[in-house]
Parts: sequence; structure tokens; C-alpha cells
Amino acid sequence: MKNKILPFLVIVIFGIIFFIFYKGLEDSKIYTPDVNTKKEIPVFNAKEFFSGENVKSPSIFDPDKVYLLNIWSSWCVPCRQEHPILMNLNLDDKLDIIGMNYKDNLKNAENFLKELGNPYKEIFIDLDGTIAIEWGAYGVPESFLIYNNEIIKKYIGPLNQQSTDEIFLLIK
Amino acid sequence: MIYSLVGYYSLILGLIIGLSLFYFSYKNFNNSNSLDTKILTFTFFQLLFVVISFLCLIFSFIVSDFSNETVFNNSHTTKPLFYKISGTWGNHEGSLLLWLLVLTLFIFIFLVRTKNQPVKYKILTLVFQQIIIIGFFLFLIKTSNPFNYIFPIPTEGLGLNPILQDPALAIHPPILYLGYVGSSIIFSSVLAATSLKIISTSWASHIKKWVLISWIFLTLGILLGSIWAYYELGWGGFWFWDPVENVSLMPWLALTTLLHCILVLEKKSILTSWVIILSIATFTLSMCGTFLVRSGILNSVHTFANDPERGLFILVFLFILIFLSILIFFFFHKDNNKKSYNLFWLSKETSILINNWFMMYFLSVVLIGTVYPIFLDVISSQKISVGPPFYHKLIIPFLIPFLFMMAIGPKLNWIKSQLEDKIYLISFLIISILLAFLVLKNFNQNILINTILISSALYLFFMTLRDFFIKKYKNISQNIAHFGFSLLILSILFNNLFASEIITNLKVGETFENSKTKIVFKSVDQKKEQNYNAIIANFSISNSDGEEDRFSPELRIYNQPIIATSEADIKTTLMSDKFIVINLVQNQDYFNVRYQVKPFMLWIWLSVILISFGGIVSFLQKRS
Repeated sequence: MKNKILPFLVIVIFGIIFFIFYKGLEDSKIYTPDVNTKKEIPVFNAKEFFSGENVKSPSIFDPDKVYLLNIWSSWCVPCRQEHPILMNLNLDDKLDIIGMNYKDNLKNAENFLKELGNPYKEIFIDLDGTIAIEWGAYGVPESFLIYNNEIIKKYIGPLNQQSTDEIFLLIK
Repeated sequence: MIYSLVGYYSLILGLIIGLSLFYFSYKNFNNSNSLDTKILTFTFFQLLFVVISFLCLIFSFIVSDFSNETVFNNSHTTKPLFYKISGTWGNHEGSLLLWLLVLTLFIFIFLVRTKNQPVKYKILTLVFQQIIIIGFFLFLIKTSNPFNYIFPIPTEGLGLNPILQDPALAIHPPILYLGYVGSSIIFSSVLAATSLKIISTSWASHIKKWVLISWIFLTLGILLGSIWAYYELGWGGFWFWDPVENVSLMPWLALTTLLHCILVLEKKSILTSWVIILSIATFTLSMCGTFLVRSGILNSVHTFANDPERGLFILVFLFILIFLSILIFFFFHKDNNKKSYNLFWLSKETSILINNWFMMYFLSVVLIGTVYPIFLDVISSQKISVGPPFYHKLIIPFLIPFLFMMAIGPKLNWIKSQLEDKIYLISFLIISILLAFLVLKNFNQNILINTILISSALYLFFMTLRDFFIKKYKNISQNIAHFGFSLLILSILFNNLFASEIITNLKVGETFENSKTKIVFKSVDQKKEQNYNAIIANFSISNSDGEEDRFSPELRIYNQPIIATSEADIKTTLMSDKFIVINLVQNQDYFNVRYQVKPFMLWIWLSVILISFGGIVSFLQKRS
């Protein structure tokens, strides 16, 4: 009798382990910085992209306007895909797009904009990626919809048609 | 482009051969005269195709063929050739191809080298190994094809993660894989031997070679990984109980225990259940390690890509193997030597058995520490992280009896023995305790547990050291390995107890001074290399004896992908390591400076090399 229970028990135990691992797979363990919507935007100092002058964040964001902060980089391939969508979004004059140039080479970044156009009203540089961390960003590309100095919505990864529609809806 | 095609179709051919090998094995299973040449030829061609495929991937990396997705994601034209090549296995797809290469290589060598064993056993081992191989072929082709084509062809790749651009790490994966995957042969062969009921002393001495090979490579692989973590990650330690380190330690513990059980089995034909379970456990734990680090269920430096589909595939495959082995174990294995299972308490096999239980305890501590956070997260959505204190508290006290058993056990005879040389045993014990007490007293670290720990380590040290001078003592390999282990424990203890650290913020030109050390931050230079730019900080550090050393730690900014790393500057001497690392303080001219003096650092590496050298000696002895 004992000999029959043991294999059964072992199989049940491994079955449970399998189940737990399987459940564990479902939710990704990638650490995503917790950005609550309606969170105040962080205050920071950064260099302006073209002039190289220091800018302060309160001077960039006007509480009455809607902004889309887009984190991009010339080395980032999805940013290249996303760029036409940003150009398209820029046609809407209710929305200003602010660029955060993330860990990039200035020359490459300039070439990138020359090649694909510049949708950004202003660009500041985040050379070592620390400002992006303060924003709770996860990677490039990533976009934050901002109104009244608060983050309304966060888009991880490249924007697509669906998110564009949503942005237009939110602006209205 | 052409390489990708050739590589991909070689993989397909390898898979087809794997499937056809089942057919030939079935056809030849009852033909017990000799191994069919077809089987050997097919295994050879399977190996050949995997080699071709692997070479194709290497060539794609060398010529920077960015039409290949793997190359695009992990290489860059400005990388030095060495890192282009090592980039081949520095990513998920390439490293799996390496797995496959080692799997097929080992089964081929196994078939060629195995003599004096039944043909049925060889064929059955091949079948089990092919199950694993086919699983990996499918995994590779279906979810992680290294030869994916991208269009339009990018002009430049994304680059290899700079922390992987290190010589130790370039050879760490292949060596570790030889150990991990080497255990697959033990796994297949144990399943084959269990099904045929031929587990015996002659089987034990045949499989011992394979256990030793895997064990040597696994030991060296873990060592290289540890050295890399020390030099490259700049955390200033050699072991962090990181999940990824743990998953390499677990198979090592199982394999070490298995090695000892095999030795008993070779002499006495007992502990067969131990051998079977441990062989299964070793390979399962290796696979489990692959699952944990590759599925993204844990987050670590080894998580190349998080893809739930991949995780699911390995998980299902892993459990198919586990259930298969459980079935075979319970179905075929009958412990038939219950009658002779009376162990005399004072004998070599009893002491090995006791230490086996200690090893199993250490293994379960590491296993629970690694897996428990996942379980807790799933069951109660709580997130915890298990850190070094957990492992230290649970493992260190049990090291003491473990070390004593290690010192005394090899002195005992098989079956039944009297303790000889009682005077030696006791006098060495007294000397060790006295010495430990004096050393600690001298450094004001006199806590009882430290004294006992160091005494027990010193005891093993002296006992094994003495055996080197006794001519009649035969088991030189065991002695080297145990001596190495005592040295390892001693070095780790001294390293922990006598380390000192200074953390401060300094500007260029500033000086930090305390009673023992004076740190002068002299200047900052810049350097441009092919794959990175660096800021070099120059320090001059002098201690109270007036010795002065110059250090130049670096902050590197790699160009592809753009990642900043800090390179520690380490001065290694025989007795201690001096270690300095800098970091930028945000928006300030200050640098954060961390300076550590770590005694006996070199000895930790040396003792691990000594341990594996013991294994090498044993391996070579067997041949002659």
C-alpha cells in the first residue's frame, strides 16, 4: 500500500509545483516603475537640445496646455516607427509634443530629426537616463500625456493608431 | 544571409535525424550483438549539422550580418572581434544553440567511448538523450530561432550589453554549459540503467567519468561567473545569493553529492536510490535553472529576453522530463538490497551518507530561498526578496559538523572500522581550536561561533594537509579536493571577518584621511576606445605603514548600446585585494568613492581551482 501512495504523492507535489510556476509565468516579473495617473510631474533641470542651455521643467510645461512628453533616441528602432505618428499628432495645435532625448549621441539625434522631421516643440537631453527614471519611465520609446502639471496617461512602447485615437479623445 | 539559411536548414536536418534515430533505435533494440553503425553515423551527422549551424551563427556575427535578427540585436560593427564571437552565446538564441551543441556532442562521445556495457543500455541512453535533444530543437526552431531574417536590413546593430563584454564572461557560458548539459548524459544513462535494472558497481565506475567531467566544468563555470561578478559588476563581493547564482549552485550541490554516492556504489553496491534520484535531480535542477532565468519569472542579469511563450515551453518540457523520470523510477526501480542495508555507524559509507544529508539540507535551503518568493507571489501576491542573511543564518551553523565529518570521514574504512591515530585526531583538534582562538583574539573578533567555525575549517585543513605527507595514502584526488574546500571556507571566513571599507564623496584634489588610510583624489583623465569612452579617476592611497598605491578606476560609457558602467580598479596581491570603484553623484562635481580592502580574495579563486583540480586528478587516474 505504501508503495502506491508514494508515487502518487510525488506526482501530486510536482503537479502543484508545475501549477505554481505556470501561474507565476502569467504576470510578468519585469519591474515596472509605478506611475499613478494624475501624478504630479517631477521637477528637473536639463540641457536644451539645440542650444545646450539649461532649462528648468516649470518653464517648459504650462499648466493650461496639454503636452505629450515623448522619450526617444536615435538608436531606438521602435522610435523610428513611431516617428510618423508623432509628426501626425503634431498637426493638432491643441497638443504640444516635448521630446526627451534619452542616452543619445547628439549628432545621431540631429541626423535622425533631419531625416524624419521634428515634431517636438522643445527637446531636452537626458544623457545618462536619470531624468527618465524620475519620470518613472521604463524604456524608449515611452510617452506621457500631461495636463495641468499632472500625468494623465502613460504609453509604454511606441504609439500606435489606437493610442493616437485615445489621445485625440482625451484632448477633447 | 547565406549563413542564416544554411544554419536554419542544418537545424531542421538535425531535428529530422533526431526523429529518425528513434526509428533506428526501435529497430535495433533487440539486436544485442553490436551497436548498429547507422545509429552512430546518424548521431555523428546530427552533431555535424548542429556544428554547422553554430558556425554559421558565429560567421554571421563575425561579418556583422545584420539581416540576422540575433546579430542585429546583439552585435555592432565597432565591437572587437573577440566580443563579436563571444556575442554568439551572449544572448538567448545563441546560448540555446550552444546547449544543443553540447547535448549532441556529449551523446556522440558517449556512444563512441562507452565499452563493456550492454548494447540495449547504449541505445536506451541514446533514446532518452534524443528526447531532450528534440525538445531543444523544437524549442529553438519554434520560439527562439537564431536565424530570423529581418527586412529591411539595418545598417547597424544594437550592440552587446557592455557588462557582457568581459573575457571571463566570454568563456563562462561554454564552460558552465559543459557542466549543465553534461549532466544530461548522467540523466539519460541513469534512466536507461534503471529501466534495464543494470545499476551495479561496474555501471557506477563507467558513469563516474561522466559525473566527474560535468562536475569539473560546473565548478569552473561557477568560478568564472563569480570572478566576473567580482571584477565587472563592481559589487565588491564574490557571491550574492542572487537567484541566478543559486540556480548554478543547486545542480553543483546535487552533483557533488552524486559524486560521493557513486563512489559508494562503486565499492559496495548500496545507495542506488540515492544515485538515481540525485542524477535526475541534477539535470532537472539545471533545466529548472534555465527555466527560471530565461522565462522572466525572475529578473536578473541573465534574463536576455522575457517571453512567456518561451517560459511556458521550457516549463512544460521540464515537467514532461520530471514525470517521465518519476514513472521510470517507481515502475522499474526496486530497492533489492534491503537485507544488506545495515550500516555500521563508524564506517566510510555512514559518514558519506551523513554528509549527503547535510548537502541535501544546503540544497533545500538554497532551493527554498530561490523559489519561495515566486510561490508567495503567486499564492498571496506578496513580494519579498530573500537575501544573504537568510542563507547565512541557515547554512553557517551546519557547516561546522559538516566540516568535521569531512575531516574524519575519509579516515574511516569501508564497512566497519576503528578510529586509528586517535592521538593525531585529538591533537589536531586542540591545535585548531587554539589557533582559531588566537587569531580572532588578535583581531578583536572573538565571537564563539566564529571561533568554532574557524576551528572546524582549520581542523579539516590540517587533517588534509597531513595526508599529503603520508606516502601510503592513496586517495590523492579526494585529498586535494577536500583540502581545497577547507581553504575555500577559511578564505571566505577571513575575507568576511577582516574586510574593511571606506565610502566617501570626493572632488578632484580632495583628500580623505582616517587613522589607517589616506585617499588622495589626484586627477581625472579621459580615454577613447573603439567601443567605449571612459573617464579615468586617478587616486593615490597610502596606509599607515607608508605603502602607497595608485588606482585608476573608470567610468565607461559604451557606445552601442549606450550604457554607463563603472570599472573597479583592483590591486591583487597574495594576501589581500584592494578594490576601488567610483560613481558619479548626480548633478555634482563629487564622485562617490568606495574603497575596500579584502583579505584572501585570491585564495577564494585558488581554492576553487584546487577543488576542481582534485576532480581532474581523479578523472585522469581512472583512465590509466
